[in-house]
Amino acid sequence: MKFGIVVNEGPYQHQASDSAYLFCKAAIEKGHEVSRVFFYHDGVNNATKLTEPPQDDRNVVSRWSKLAEDHGVDLVVCVAAALRRGIRDENLAPGFRISGLGQLVEAGIQADRLVTFGD
Amino acid sequence: MLHIINKSPLANSSLDSCLGVGKEGDILLIEDAIYAATSGSAHEAKIRDAMGRFKIYALLPDLEARGLADRVIEGVTTVGYDGFVELVAANRTCQSWL
Amino acid sequence: MSEGIKKFMFVNRKAPYGTIYALEALEVVLITAAFDQDVSLAFLDDGVYQLKKGQQTKGIDTKNFSPTYRALEGYDIEKLYVEKESMEARGLSEDDLLVDVTVLSRKEMGELMEEQDVLLSF
Repeated sequence: MKFGIVVNEGPYQHQASDSAYLFCKAAIEKGHEVSRVFFYHDGVNNATKLTEPPQDDRNVVSRWSKLAEDHGVDLVVCVAAALRRGIRDENLAPGFRISGLGQLVEAGIQADRLVTFGD
Repeated sequence: MLHIINKSPLANSSLDSCLGVGKEGDILLIEDAIYAATSGSAHEAKIRDAMGRFKIYALLPDLEARGLADRVIEGVTTVGYDGFVELVAANRTCQSWL
Repeated sequence: MSEGIKKFMFVNRKAPYGTIYALEALEVVLITAAFDQDVSLAFLDDGVYQLKKGQQTKGIDTKNFSPTYRALEGYDIEKLYVEKESMEARGLSEDDLLVDVTVLSRKEMGELMEEQDVLLSF
């Protein structure tokens, strides 16, 4: 089955991004496909490579990047939300790309299930 | 359909809205919503009532993280993230009551 | 379900201005309509406040996006549903709303939700 995921909150502030990541990991382990994760609202803050969590904490951003690298998950950051919050191509972590809201709608159309994680 | 709730019922009306609007199906309590799945809380009766119409699940890692895995209301099923995935796959649609 | 057309419902449960969700939800709604999908907007809980007439945002130096709800018709988005119980709990009636809506009971709203293919909530 093909899953689309929406993440509405930034890392470290809210559990949404962690829950979404763990859901994606479990889905992939069960043999499902996570075709796209769409980051919207403050969720775009998951995409900055400038993040530096303390050594003993998980790295939310690089965890997403690795998921993209290992499983071809398309990590899309909403352009309007990103520009509002200072997320640009220059500071984008690997695996993420900036695009329009059409990518969210497309995920809704093409995926068998769309799951939203937010506040 | 699957209803996903992530808010404590003591701080937010998401659970009430879901129970009011939702017809039937599955409810999964995640993040701070797991407090609704614990016995002795002010919402226990509400959850027990809802069991007639809905099957109620709570995410075990979120219960464990909050020290409440041993206090789940009888009849609430605990699941891991793999169970979460199964619930999403088994239901045609899902609504996150953010 | 017709080929390639899904029923999208946008579930609005948050008040405007306090957080950005209502505004950013509207942006997705407009794009979804551009993809020729079947679009419905549901307003329940504090989401009903998004449709309150007479919003004046000058004093908070924020864009007043409420006229957009009236412009939705021009994009063929005509299915706006308001949950009766939520509206009444907030002391509002249809006359207080800035756009024509269909008022549904909780039960009817729940049934409509069951008919959808994709539910997006912000």
